[in-house]
Amino acid sequence: MEYVIEMLNIRKEFGNFVANDNITLQLEKGEIHALLGENGAGKSTLMNVLFGLYQPEGGEIRVRGKKVDISNPNVANDLGIGMVHQHFMLVENFSVTENIILGSEPTKMGVTNKKDAAEKVAKLSEQYGLNVDPYAIIEDISVGMQQRVEILKTLYRGAEILIFDEPTASLTPQEITELIQIMKRLIAEGKSIILITHKLKEIMDVSDRVTVIRKGQGIGTVTTSETNPNDLAALMVGRQVTFKTEKGPASPTEETLSVKDLVVEDYRGIAKVKNLNLTVRKGEIVGIAGIDGNGQSELIEAITGLRKVKSGKVFIHGKDVTGMKPRKVTESGVGHIPQDRHKHGLVLDFPIGHNIALQSYYQAPISKSGIMDYNKITEKAQQIIKDYDVRTQGPHEPARALSGGNQQKAIIGREVDRNPDLLIAALPTRGLDVGAIEFIHSRLIEQRDNGKAVLLISFELDEVMNVSDRIAVIHDGEIVDVVIPEETTEQQLGLLMAGHAEKDKKGGKHSVE
Amino acid sequence: MSNRATNLLVPIVSVVLGLIVGAIIMLVSGYSPIEGYAALWNGIFGDLYTIGETLRQITPYLLAGLAVAFAFRSGLFNIGVEGQLIVGWFAAAYVGVAVELPKIIHLPLAILAAAVAGALWGFVPGLLKAKFRVHEVIVTIMMNYIALHVTNALIKTVSEGGDRTERIFASASLRSEFLENLTEFSRLHLGLLLALVMVGAMWFILEKTTLGFELKAVGFNQHASEYAGMNVNKNIILAMVISGAFAGLAGAMEALGTFEYVSSKGGFTGIGFDGIAVALLGMNTPLGVVFGATLFGSLKYGALNMPNAAGIPIEIVEIVIAVIIFFVASGYIIRLLLLRAAGKKKEAK
Repeated sequence: MEYVIEMLNIRKEFGNFVANDNITLQLEKGEIHALLGENGAGKSTLMNVLFGLYQPEGGEIRVRGKKVDISNPNVANDLGIGMVHQHFMLVENFSVTENIILGSEPTKMGVTNKKDAAEKVAKLSEQYGLNVDPYAIIEDISVGMQQRVEILKTLYRGAEILIFDEPTASLTPQEITELIQIMKRLIAEGKSIILITHKLKEIMDVSDRVTVIRKGQGIGTVTTSETNPNDLAALMVGRQVTFKTEKGPASPTEETLSVKDLVVEDYRGIAKVKNLNLTVRKGEIVGIAGIDGNGQSELIEAITGLRKVKSGKVFIHGKDVTGMKPRKVTESGVGHIPQDRHKHGLVLDFPIGHNIALQSYYQAPISKSGIMDYNKITEKAQQIIKDYDVRTQGPHEPARALSGGNQQKAIIGREVDRNPDLLIAALPTRGLDVGAIEFIHSRLIEQRDNGKAVLLISFELDEVMNVSDRIAVIHDGEIVDVVIPEETTEQQLGLLMAGHAEKDKKGGKHSVE
Repeated sequence: MSNRATNLLVPIVSVVLGLIVGAIIMLVSGYSPIEGYAALWNGIFGDLYTIGETLRQITPYLLAGLAVAFAFRSGLFNIGVEGQLIVGWFAAAYVGVAVELPKIIHLPLAILAAAVAGALWGFVPGLLKAKFRVHEVIVTIMMNYIALHVTNALIKTVSEGGDRTERIFASASLRSEFLENLTEFSRLHLGLLLALVMVGAMWFILEKTTLGFELKAVGFNQHASEYAGMNVNKNIILAMVISGAFAGLAGAMEALGTFEYVSSKGGFTGIGFDGIAVALLGMNTPLGVVFGATLFGSLKYGALNMPNAAGIPIEIVEIVIAVIIFFVASGYIIRLLLLRAAGKKKEAK
């Protein structure tokens, strides 16, 4: 078999830290090769070595059988290696074509020749079924479309080998399906793909072979058709992982959260939440299933006081908290794991200890008559770091330096440790690996079993199905149906999420109140 | 390179580089760099009198630097220190001449007036930022012009058509016979002590109080601060008010210590703007501001001796001083780059 890329026994060190130790990855021509590993296992480091951003301390790289020295990304480009980054590198107010030619603008008599470039972009877009308008402005197009622009960028530069770095992290389920089609099209056109991911489902769906790395070590390469998600997960984390979250039946009692006829508008005055009704009781987890952008963010922000309520009421324990300041809502017994941990959840430049104190810094024992006791913060942080298995050098390490999973564990520790009566968890496992997901799910269920109410918002159907006791499906700002996970299927949920409510479906309709 | 070695090496190398380039400038202009630097040295440390005067010059830089640094730590760029200083100067001088009271009341009252005036001048841009998201840089720049011309008009009114006020009553003065005797009758005044107390105050507010925790959080990430239940708007206004109060105190140093009056001005004093450089040189920390203000104050005052003692024209002197400061600031950039490179490595782990 012909290998287009061979990375043999790669070793990369940062000071005393070995990020990659003896990792071998061989990419066959025309295959989709998944690179699987937990957050911080060294996947990105390995790809940065291939892309010429890092120089390896050991091992060798062969491209089409020839030993090469990739000293910088330009060399990688010339070798036909293109990278589709997780965080898109696009100029927001430039057009698609302008972004694609950026850095190698074609000129005609000293003037940038955008017309020819746009034609070439249109042609490539057609060839690979990307459906991208070369003249669209980046900020006007969806995230999925922006990713296609990134793909076009590499194709325009003549890439034969495409590296996708966590490509589905910010896509909707629909966009993921489309991306998988695109990847298959690329392969059909003779390209080869390395797919960096920690999502097992994607790997099973799309890849031909999988190379697994764990804590910087190459574990081995397996053929996808000869393995299964359980084995892959075990290879990745080094122990057996349970996918189906273990939980007993719920025993809900009285209402904790009650949302009545809630209307919330966005900044343009357009209603994003429309007459929404929702109840979460003590001792149950209610999952909100829906496609991104159907009013989930506005709903949570309205409940937690971060956004104005147009009309309707929010009650916690029967107490009206509508329109209260975030702190008042928090003090009414609400914990909130925010959707965007970098924007809302953490002050990234603060030490992780300060972040753990972000909800309690103003109360005794940390603050007494306006004076802080930072030793108390350190004590508290050490306890939470220990209890919630936050991997960090200590409370004084900046939050920015932690991996996504550990940042999230710190936030969850902060919110759960306050023992709130209502815990709102918005996309609590976004971007995390199976080990961390398992941990977080069991924490949510533990809260429920302790008689607390949990409201879970997720775009992942698996998660909603596994963790929730009841599922409220949101579409276009309304709860279109409330279903019991055991009595529904992913297909039915998917239809509901897409707005195809079957009101008279047998056994499907449960009371919202 | 180890952190300690970097910390030591960078400033030394940058100062030496600055001195060398400064020397080249003097050489090509036809002046002796040795004489020039000797004059600079003597201008700063020559005798007790110059040392006293140098310390006096450092005093307002300390407070102006604190003002800029404090706002910076809260995520705000206060370009209005100059204007806040000018209104503080006027307010202190006005209280100093308008009434005569026992010193124990009069001096604190005059100092307080300066702080309140500066705080008010900071409150306006803070309020506009908090309520209407008007950028504080634009507002503070405009407030500088308003401060300059309003105080000039007020000075004219107070002095009945003159261009300076009366000398303040001794009961409002910061001058101290002890310090004057110690430094061969320089104008060194008690304000230096006040400025140093304020250095401690800034450290205390930022590092020890709950308010400081909030201000820093808001400075880094307003969204997360709002999520955590902090009142972001209140913190923005408070940060500008406190910053303005520091700037107002810098004005009090001139009104009650150095000059003991206020005169109408054709242009800005420059102290407020230099405060930006002082704060940045000091990496916006209280101790850093002490370092930055010392460097600025010493060079500014010492340079005055270069035209007299070495015959170097004031224009060349200003270029040389600017070059030295430029290199020290570049050293800061070099250090930042070194740290960032080290930080990148860490992140990659």
